[in-house]
Amino acid sequence: MATDKRLFSGFSRRDVLKSLAGLPILGTVWAAGLNTVNQTQLEKHYLLEKLNIKASPPPPSGPMSGEPLRVGLIGFGIRGEQLMRALGFATPEWMEEMAKASEKDPNDTRLADFQAQENLNVKLTAICDIFDVRAEKAVQAFNRNGNSCTRYKTYQDLINSGQVDAIIIATPDHWHAPMSIAAIEAGVHAYVEKPMTHSIAETYTLRDAVRRNPKSVFAVGHQHRQTLSFLTAQDAIAKNTLGHVSLVVTNTNRNDDNGAWQYPIHPDASPETIDWNAFLGNAPLVEFNPEHFFRWRKWWAYGSGLSGDLLTHDYDRINCVLNMGIPKYVTASGGVYTHRDGRNVPDVMQVNMDFPDFSTGSSQENGKEKGMSLVYSATLGNQFDRGTVLMGHDASMELGNTLTIYADPRSSQYKEMITEGKIDPSVPIYQYDPSANGVDAVTSATAKYFANKGLLWTYRDGKRVDSTFLHLREWLSCIRNGGAPSCGIAEGFEEAITAHMAGLSYKTGRKIEWNPSTEQIMALPGEDLDAILLDNSVVV
Amino acid sequence: MSPSTPLSTAQTVALVLLRLFVGWHFLYEGVIKFHSPSWTSKGYLLSATYLESFFTWLASESMIFIVDTLNITALLWVGIALILGFKTRFASMVGIGLLLLYYFAHPPFPNYPQGITEGSYWIINKNLIEAAALLIVFLFPTSKIFGLERLFVKSTVPTQPL
Repeated sequence: MATDKRLFSGFSRRDVLKSLAGLPILGTVWAAGLNTVNQTQLEKHYLLEKLNIKASPPPPSGPMSGEPLRVGLIGFGIRGEQLMRALGFATPEWMEEMAKASEKDPNDTRLADFQAQENLNVKLTAICDIFDVRAEKAVQAFNRNGNSCTRYKTYQDLINSGQVDAIIIATPDHWHAPMSIAAIEAGVHAYVEKPMTHSIAETYTLRDAVRRNPKSVFAVGHQHRQTLSFLTAQDAIAKNTLGHVSLVVTNTNRNDDNGAWQYPIHPDASPETIDWNAFLGNAPLVEFNPEHFFRWRKWWAYGSGLSGDLLTHDYDRINCVLNMGIPKYVTASGGVYTHRDGRNVPDVMQVNMDFPDFSTGSSQENGKEKGMSLVYSATLGNQFDRGTVLMGHDASMELGNTLTIYADPRSSQYKEMITEGKIDPSVPIYQYDPSANGVDAVTSATAKYFANKGLLWTYRDGKRVDSTFLHLREWLSCIRNGGAPSCGIAEGFEEAITAHMAGLSYKTGRKIEWNPSTEQIMALPGEDLDAILLDNSVVV
Repeated sequence: MSPSTPLSTAQTVALVLLRLFVGWHFLYEGVIKFHSPSWTSKGYLLSATYLESFFTWLASESMIFIVDTLNITALLWVGIALILGFKTRFASMVGIGLLLLYYFAHPPFPNYPQGITEGSYWIINKNLIEAAALLIVFLFPTSKIFGLERLFVKSTVPTQPL
């Protein structure tokens, strides 16, 4: 067969078609893709506009300029060290440990985050810890880089030294109020860890002291108030996105020794290195017992178990979103079911807090909906993450460092959009993740538990920021520039009373009632509620 | 490269269809990403289960913009080339490269985490099969039969002997 090469000759219509047939396919596929993207974005925008939830950061706290503030710390334990880092003071041991951790795991940016932290313009001038080893560690660590830090043997000496403008209290619970009151009365600003108080009576005494001394700025350490998703949640509630919220569920799930307050006992602990009487304070007199000293959260004499240590965080997280105040009724139950090691605070605890007159709003006929229960459910024997959910007639909101809202299939507000297929109840109608593209290295189960609750860090402009840092900064800004801390005495009062009601209900097995007009927890005739709450007898 | 024996019409049609289908898939993936401004491959790269340090580096702050842009450009370009029938051999190679990158970030090796997939895979998954399909497209070019290249080649027209 002979062939004849002829350029472009013999080009039939068929040839042209075969050459260019790809073009319409190209156009069709491109148009389909564009259409899909547009459709998805239209639906998303339509929903977002309809919901109109603002994911705005809180107003930044004021400048840290001027003379450095002189800060003193009482209690250089686990929390004390964390607070000092948030303030800008880390021990060399920690820095070394974190450098190693980041070498091992490049996602572990704790050291870099600390080094990038803004300078808060404070001097750590004074330290008080009644365990010599910890006090000396602080003195060694913080007398460098132009900072000079003195150890004081007692908290009174520290407060009255004239060397501090403000103090941070990170002690066992039974010292929170006495030290806060001493500072406030002496005109010293105070930041106290939660729970704000250990007994009912001192909750009122502390509130009176703060009210009488408005110049001393008082803050309670619920750092999650700085978390971005909670502010977004506030806006979602204000816009009635969820409708009437009838039930809120919050949980604690931990399953390790650290999470169950089985902290290590220091080998150098002895009556010679620990000022035992200073530890006991108003607690029942017992012989020196290092376990009580290091694991104080396990006894009602010094701590307050799940209700004071962890319910308080969850209660305040919800209170900062809903602002529902003190529950009218509290019922609690539980027991020591997972760590029968001599402790007397429960390690499994369920608390129902009822607010019969509270409502977040409604999308139905007037008067149909009113009242809400907040359920706190906790175990220290399992770490399945159950999440925090606010359950409304129109939608459910899952709340953590991220925030997700699902429409309820039977919602009145979204009924039409669900029928039209614009809303699929199994797909979130709103999702907010301030970390966006970030990744976070979480090193332990307990850390993950805290991170999910927004207690470890939050985000500003997509960057991870220690929420304790922001919370301390807010307190320092109020001292320098005026204003009120987001968790001040009013919020602390509500948190403390609620925790005490939970403790009382657990101990008495009774429904505990709050009288809002007298601002009192109702007691039976002749009943001493504080004696019941602080009773330290060991359950068998 | 030409097959040693001429292909039947049905075989040629099958090869053209294979080329168009793979091109269609690449193009659609590219268009969706191109028109979604918030799309990024960062999550996919950071969750890599193999060659983690390489993929983490690709996902780093300094690299991710380049990686995303190159990925979208390559997807679009491979899709367009395969559908139009233009430079299909080069496009096939680029496509195979992309698919192997996707494959090795989350390979279905025994005992490796499988993540979220719609099927069950052992060593071979759809990325690898698509790469193999592109190898066929590379080895059996059809763009001179069906595609833009038909316009630009000197067509060999069989003539009857005089």
